[in-house]
Amino acid sequence: MSAIILLLLVSIGIAAGFLLAFFWSVRDGQFDDDFSPARRILFEDDNKVKNDASATLSNRK
Amino acid sequence: MNPDKTNTLTLCDHCGDTCYRHPVLLGEKVFCCEGCRSVYQILNENDLCAYYDLNNHPGITQKSTIRKDKFAFLDNPDIAGKLIQYTDGTQTHVTFYLPQIHCSSCLWLLENIRRINPALQSSRVNFTKKEVFIVFDPALISLRQVVETLTHIGYEPHLSLEEVSSAQLRQIDRTRWYKIGLAGFCFANIMMMSFPEYFSGGEILEPIIKTTLTSIIIFLSLPVITYCASEFFTNAWNGLKNKHLNIDAPIALALVITFGRSMYELYTGTGSGYLDSMSGIVFFMLVGRWLQDRTYQTISFDRDFRAFFPIAVNVLKDNTIQSVPVDKIRANDIIQIHHEELIPADGMLSKGSAEIDYSFVTGESLPVSVNKGEIIYAGGKQTEGVIELIVVKEVSQSYLTNLWNKDSLQDASTTSYSFIDALSKYFTYIVLVIGMIAGGYWLWQGQPQLMWNALTTIMIVACPCALLLSANFTRGNILRILSRNKFYLKNAGVIESLSKIDTIVFDKTGTLTQSNKMKVRYEGQVLTPELKTQIASMVVHSNHPLSKAVLQYLDTPASLTPESFKIIANKGIEGWMEEHHFKIGSPSFTGTDEESKKESKVAVTMDNQPIGVFHVTNAYRIGIFDLFKSLVPGYKLALISGDNQAEQAILREKMGTESELLFDQSPHDKLAYITYLKENKKANVLMIGDGLNDAGALKESNVGLAVCDDDNNFTPAADGIIHASKVSVLDKILGYVRSGRSIIMFSFGISIIYNIIGLYFAVQGTLSPIIAAILMPCSSISIILITYGLSQLFARKYKLA
Repeated sequence: MSAIILLLLVSIGIAAGFLLAFFWSVRDGQFDDDFSPARRILFEDDNKVKNDASATLSNRK
Repeated sequence: MNPDKTNTLTLCDHCGDTCYRHPVLLGEKVFCCEGCRSVYQILNENDLCAYYDLNNHPGITQKSTIRKDKFAFLDNPDIAGKLIQYTDGTQTHVTFYLPQIHCSSCLWLLENIRRINPALQSSRVNFTKKEVFIVFDPALISLRQVVETLTHIGYEPHLSLEEVSSAQLRQIDRTRWYKIGLAGFCFANIMMMSFPEYFSGGEILEPIIKTTLTSIIIFLSLPVITYCASEFFTNAWNGLKNKHLNIDAPIALALVITFGRSMYELYTGTGSGYLDSMSGIVFFMLVGRWLQDRTYQTISFDRDFRAFFPIAVNVLKDNTIQSVPVDKIRANDIIQIHHEELIPADGMLSKGSAEIDYSFVTGESLPVSVNKGEIIYAGGKQTEGVIELIVVKEVSQSYLTNLWNKDSLQDASTTSYSFIDALSKYFTYIVLVIGMIAGGYWLWQGQPQLMWNALTTIMIVACPCALLLSANFTRGNILRILSRNKFYLKNAGVIESLSKIDTIVFDKTGTLTQSNKMKVRYEGQVLTPELKTQIASMVVHSNHPLSKAVLQYLDTPASLTPESFKIIANKGIEGWMEEHHFKIGSPSFTGTDEESKKESKVAVTMDNQPIGVFHVTNAYRIGIFDLFKSLVPGYKLALISGDNQAEQAILREKMGTESELLFDQSPHDKLAYITYLKENKKANVLMIGDGLNDAGALKESNVGLAVCDDDNNFTPAADGIIHASKVSVLDKILGYVRSGRSIIMFSFGISIIYNIIGLYFAVQGTLSPIIAAILMPCSSISIILITYGLSQLFARKYKLA
């Protein structure tokens, strides 16, 4: 029977992991702007500029 | 001249505007002005021409040139410090509001701005808020240079007093996301943990598993009741404090009873509780509120005068010019205003020739000339050249600013309660009575256990959550459909205020008439293509709105260059071209025709011989008269205009004899009229206006709608913003908004059926958790589907979808 209890805890744990991922994405501002990310990914670009930009942005926190 | 060639107008490769003048050429590219060309050059040199590949004519017209020292005030560390969010010597962070952002090209260019100047280390656009976040190296580039770089490529940041005072508070509230996520998580998991109990009937479970499941359920329900549902408790409490029973009160009560009873059942082992239904309903209610409260981040509904005024202005002190923050200007300071700049404080003209465009204030598009010694009011815009003013009143005391400081407007948040609250009150009373009767019956039968059972489950079933869900989802859908029609409301409460409207007050200029389009009628000699080209080549040099109207009417390229010309402010233009002397301007200037109050005239003479006269009038918006026709039966109409009575006859005819038409009204008169309607006529007033002159009236009315020509135009504070092209379907919008109430009532009616089924079990004291767990999601989901379907259906009925 302990197997079922273990499974219960594991399943809750996995679900909680997704919940945390959701919280993290909200905190990161992914739900603030629904226009630019969808376009940004389509731009052909040299990656250097992009990487630098996102690096600076994450430093900001 | 080759007529074919001259009569085709080319479009600017940068901004897509018609090139009336000699197009500016660069390689194969054609530009309407030097400004557009220089933007292209900058982009070309920095290998940024993908800007033009992503969209057709993405640029912003550069016809109005920007003064060289315009941003000198940013060198003032006090002002710069207010804009900068963070700096550590090697990095400075700043966010600008760029109203020009409109397409993916803008996004691409602004995010690649470091290619123009590597000192701009990175940039990130938030499209919905039209903001760009820039990180730059303060050792290599100053804030002023950053702003100038943006300006050079056509994105001049909007810097205003308001921007400065709110720069620090640019935080987004994301708690609702957290609450919804957490409630959804807890709801789903509690449901899953309850399944074994439901399917087994609660008997064959091993005690250890039962204890584990119960603990997990209790553990998961705690954040729901303490965190996710907290807003229902605070709302209910705030309502009770103001002696008002709002819909949150019975909901909070039901939540507490459900939670308490579930805890009791789980603790004593007598049942499995209703925690899954409880967290489910919290989840759905939060989603409903989110849908209803989703605001439009790009649109600001609360702009006051500070959003319109510049941050700093040039002040002359001891023969030097200093940039002084606007709020530090004192009476008797001498301020210098350059062309296209807004006048921040009432002042007396002391130097220069003033041509003031008060369109911001009055909605009137033609500039007014002001003589030395006369007062110029704040909010006007200097159109040509530099002037100096002696400040008479400080910014906060100005004539216009006074509108905001009226006492009546300060406590404008008069609490109007929704019919939802009233309805929920009756609903709660009825349910309480049913509860009492059922409880009394079981007590009489001598079964106190069943009495408690019945009483509490009735409270659980009868929580007016369904009503709240119907209201929230219906309003959310209505807001969404209206916004697709370019009609943006400040919040869901406005829907209800709009449906109660019985009186509609219109402003004239800019609301009923088109502010940027004039109706031109020509009278005189036949205009040959040659003559057309000659006139166009003259008027193209003037920036006066009348010249622009004539140019638009002629629709001919200005392909000739006058040998010499002279612009006389607010009079006209004269000059020599192709051996002829032209005089184009007001009739008193050319001396050929009489001035008229009814319309503006542009007279043309060639070698002192009259050619003809262009009659320019404001054009009414298309469909506006049909709108009156359909509004007259249902509403009382009124017109309140700052203009003279020239248009009275036609408006009287179109708006009907019942309507009140008022002309020559000052901003304060407008405000007073709305107050009069509200207090003496007990009317629910809808005010529709545009300029700052309507700001007081818009705020005072029950619902104030601001008309805007462009999505990024600045509008005064209002309850809603309507796009100019949609003013003519106002009747349909009002009809649709009224149908919202029926939708809410209908879906609530459906949910009452679920309630009755639940009550049937509850009064008998046999409402098992499994029945509750089936009824609750069914009722919620059917409400969501019904409100969605009906709001879509009604939108189609009113041709709004």
